[in-house]
Amino acid sequence: MAAHLSSGRVNLTALREAGRRELREFLDKCAGSKAIVWDEYLTGPFGLIAQYSLLKEHEVEKMFTLKPGRLPQADVKNIIFFVRPKLELMDIITDNVLREDRGRSPQRDFHILFVPRRSLLCEQWLKEQGVLGSFIHREQYSLDLIPFDGDLLSMESESAFKECYLESDQTSLYHAAKGLMTLQALYGTIPQIFGKGECARHVANMMIRMKREFPGSQNSIFPVFDTLLLLDRNVDLLTPLATQLTYEGLIDEIYGIQNTYVKLPPEKFAPKKQGEGGKDLPTEPKKLQLNSAEELYAEIRDKNFNAVGSVLSKKAKIISAAFEERHHAKTVGEIKQFVSQLPHMQAARSSLANHTSIAELIKDITTSEDFFDNLTVEQEFMSGIDTDKVNNYIEDCIAQKHPLIKILRLVCLQSVCNSGLKQKVLDYYKREILQTYGYEHILTLNNLEKAGLLKSQTSGRNNYPTIRKTLRLWMDDVNEQNPNDISYVYSGYAPLSVRLAQLLARPGWRSIEEVLKMLPGPHFEERQQLPTGLQKKRQHGENRVTLVFFLGGVTYAEIAALRFLSQMEDGGTEYVIATTKLINGTSWIKSLMEKLEPAPF
Amino acid sequence: MSRARADEEEYWHSSKFRAFTFDDEDDELSQLKESKRAVNSLRDIVDDDDDLERVSWSGEPVGSISWSIRETASSSTSSLEGQDSSLQKGSSSYAAFPKQASSYSLSSLFKGEVSPLCLSLSALSDTGLKNYAPELRRPKAEYKDYSSDWNPRDTVIRMQRGKVCSLERFRSLQDKLVLLDEAVAGHDGNVITAVLIFLKRTLRREILFRELEVRQVALCHLIYFLKETGEQKLLLDLLRTDCASFPSLQLSQYREHLNIQDVEKRREFLKGCIGLPFSAEDISHIQDHYTLLERQIIIEANDRHVETAGQAEIFRKYPRKASILNMPLVTTLFYSCFYHYTEAEGMFSSPTNLKKTFKIPDKQYVLTALAARAKLRAWEDVDALFTTKNWLGYTKKKAPIGFHRVVEILQRNNAPVQVLQEYVRLVEDVETRLNLATKYKCHDVVIETYKDLKDRIQLTAYKCKVERGSAEEEKINSILNNMVRKH
Repeated sequence: MAAHLSSGRVNLTALREAGRRELREFLDKCAGSKAIVWDEYLTGPFGLIAQYSLLKEHEVEKMFTLKPGRLPQADVKNIIFFVRPKLELMDIITDNVLREDRGRSPQRDFHILFVPRRSLLCEQWLKEQGVLGSFIHREQYSLDLIPFDGDLLSMESESAFKECYLESDQTSLYHAAKGLMTLQALYGTIPQIFGKGECARHVANMMIRMKREFPGSQNSIFPVFDTLLLLDRNVDLLTPLATQLTYEGLIDEIYGIQNTYVKLPPEKFAPKKQGEGGKDLPTEPKKLQLNSAEELYAEIRDKNFNAVGSVLSKKAKIISAAFEERHHAKTVGEIKQFVSQLPHMQAARSSLANHTSIAELIKDITTSEDFFDNLTVEQEFMSGIDTDKVNNYIEDCIAQKHPLIKILRLVCLQSVCNSGLKQKVLDYYKREILQTYGYEHILTLNNLEKAGLLKSQTSGRNNYPTIRKTLRLWMDDVNEQNPNDISYVYSGYAPLSVRLAQLLARPGWRSIEEVLKMLPGPHFEERQQLPTGLQKKRQHGENRVTLVFFLGGVTYAEIAALRFLSQMEDGGTEYVIATTKLINGTSWIKSLMEKLEPAPF
Repeated sequence: MSRARADEEEYWHSSKFRAFTFDDEDDELSQLKESKRAVNSLRDIVDDDDDLERVSWSGEPVGSISWSIRETASSSTSSLEGQDSSLQKGSSSYAAFPKQASSYSLSSLFKGEVSPLCLSLSALSDTGLKNYAPELRRPKAEYKDYSSDWNPRDTVIRMQRGKVCSLERFRSLQDKLVLLDEAVAGHDGNVITAVLIFLKRTLRREILFRELEVRQVALCHLIYFLKETGEQKLLLDLLRTDCASFPSLQLSQYREHLNIQDVEKRREFLKGCIGLPFSAEDISHIQDHYTLLERQIIIEANDRHVETAGQAEIFRKYPRKASILNMPLVTTLFYSCFYHYTEAEGMFSSPTNLKKTFKIPDKQYVLTALAARAKLRAWEDVDALFTTKNWLGYTKKKAPIGFHRVVEILQRNNAPVQVLQEYVRLVEDVETRLNLATKYKCHDVVIETYKDLKDRIQLTAYKCKVERGSAEEEKINSILNNMVRKH
């Protein structure tokens, strides 16, 4: 289950185990049988830490989803609410508690576990409703950084970007800093910290301050990470807006990967059985887990989608050949040998079948005319063509009432690639959007403007071409099959964020001072002193390990690009990636949209 | 060879169990006792983690948390129907994962790795007795919970660790502000909000607002808090101060309209928003929003009446699918082009009136009107949309959106070929015209275009696309003959 976490350069199983232990300790605090009432959002992230068996070992007998009304019957001693600190959830809990039958015996005890933090605001709210006293234990479970894969950690904090850039609420940065302290406690102090952006500066400051305030936190673990690179999402607003073109990136763009799981349309996965041709086709979406534990997936996830087909067909040939072997097996020994490989072959076959189906589903979309048109416009913007006037395709899409998020992604992309739109162009887009989709979206447009995704070109200067050229963000000769540069992940565009990481490792940021000044926020370097005994003596040829922390979210394509750099033969650096949230353009824009009431019909 | 082969066959076929199905044609492998045993024995080797991973159809690993919620929830529903069966069901669902205790615990290994000397993080992340990560002791001092003279800094740190602190001893304004600044410096929104709640309770509103004006981060938190807890009145008060220009306050009041269901009340509310100190641009949009809703209310009342009375044929023929209230402007324009196309400009529900009031651009208007009239198959209206007369009285066809778009929209509404080809003919770009004409089988246009291009080869080739013996075929033949004669 967790084997994939230890496959990378840094063994992240330790982090998962720390999380499990904390959970067990809390459960044991509430003695006796228990039922857990779940804030549904949390089940995904918790699933990456623990499974039901762990809970059951600690006397959790029932589990329910949090919803208003009377709590279900359950003969347990304790009812524990696992919730995020949100006021609307407090209202539901209040309702649950108030409807509890006081006459029943024995009485059930209530507890709350706040994830990731206790909130004084929530507790005050419960107090005002008169139920705060009903809870025996009110605790917090600091699920700060959750291990997703051998080289990937996420806080799964959906609103981190919005809070930081729209609401000036830096609580998620405080959590990021705390998560980094936890990491350092497990994997040693990180000697070098680099950063770019306001939020990065804050996090570094908090880390230094936390260390100063708790001098005891100095530990004696040999440092696993050599460098920490903190990057603000708003240093690179461009990358998430573009459509990701890696296999994993496209799965996320089209179906959305949640906590390593993806739900797919079931038709392509119908089990083929003789005799019952399409009798009972499953109607529930097919749910698959995607991580590096699956050999084939680990191989193709980060490839450009155009290179996936050939790998799949090569695999199919290998597997068929392997099954053919049976004809050559003559002796009992050979047969045994063959049979002993069967389970592995069978797993490989079903993995191949799944990914062939997924690739087919994706191909249907990537070969559609609209996907092509959309991509063409994106690539024009990113390579700097016609970013300063109203775009025909966008106009057409609005007229045909394509999904608003698609429109916003494109308009924002154009704005970012032009360092802001001309006032006339911006006004035109805004007017068209409001008239077609409704005036209430002015709230969303305002949010996008506050976040800097949409703006008018005030300085009259477009810095993007300089940035593009200096950082080589657009590569005309991209090799999708056998890439030699990170730009393959967007078929031409090299993600700015990853370019910054690449240039930091070699030759260093000093070479790009000018461009760094054009990007928002300060760039800085800090050093954390290590006791002499812990200073690393690097073996010849040993790679450095850099933790890149994306504050405000990271896309799968950026992760793929960093993995590509890790695997480069003479790269010299391996990367582990941490983020506040795994995002794509759609989920990101959605998090910035004002939650509007559903249409009345 | 053949002997060996026979042995092999016999071996394969002797197994009784169907281990797995292989979809390929050569399905000799499908009955294999050995493989099943191999699969099973391997499972024991592979699953040495304490979490036995099995996957149900929906892909949810059996035993995962979300799977279990469904599982335990369903057994609890059935417990309402019959106690006995629920017991069985419950126990069988647990039996689904028999491997509970893990053979070895990772934590034991983990503990061994960590030197007891290394100090904990607990001081950073705990709330009490919980430790995150390595096994470690907290400094004794941590347990002291009572000191009475915490300075602002210590108070904030303690609150960050989730401890309850009385803030009452911060009495003077000066002390309170220092406390607030410390909280802001700590970046923990939870603590900042707690301090703000305290300040809000203990400070006069004017003073609080005045101080927040120069403390933007704190102001943001207060605004967020007021929005969350629905204290609209305080928000309005804030809007009347010098904080009004603050970005997160902008439109905060306007957003409230979304929570108002009753349209009349919503309209009144929007009217109130027009006077608020928002930016000029925002105000103009809000003004439009208000005007639109006002119109929609009038149109809705009228049309509902007409529809129920059954007076107008259009409503009988095409009953309304939904009310027009709260729809976007373009949707409203479509509605009005559909049901009220011929009305005089003076009427609120007439398309021309909407166009004027909201300064709808020509392009947008033509697109919407075209879609609406095409849906009703009112081809004369479509024709009129693109016909302009110059001062000499000559008529001319013009489309601000380009005729290829017109063709697409007409085609989507299943316009007959006669109508379609009239507009295909007007497409200026020859190549686009040919493409569209071929795609939608407007033979005449294709033939004429090739004729103009003097393209014999294409014309001859096109002959096979038209029906044999049809007028089109004759036409092609006569053109081809003419071309020959000229040469």
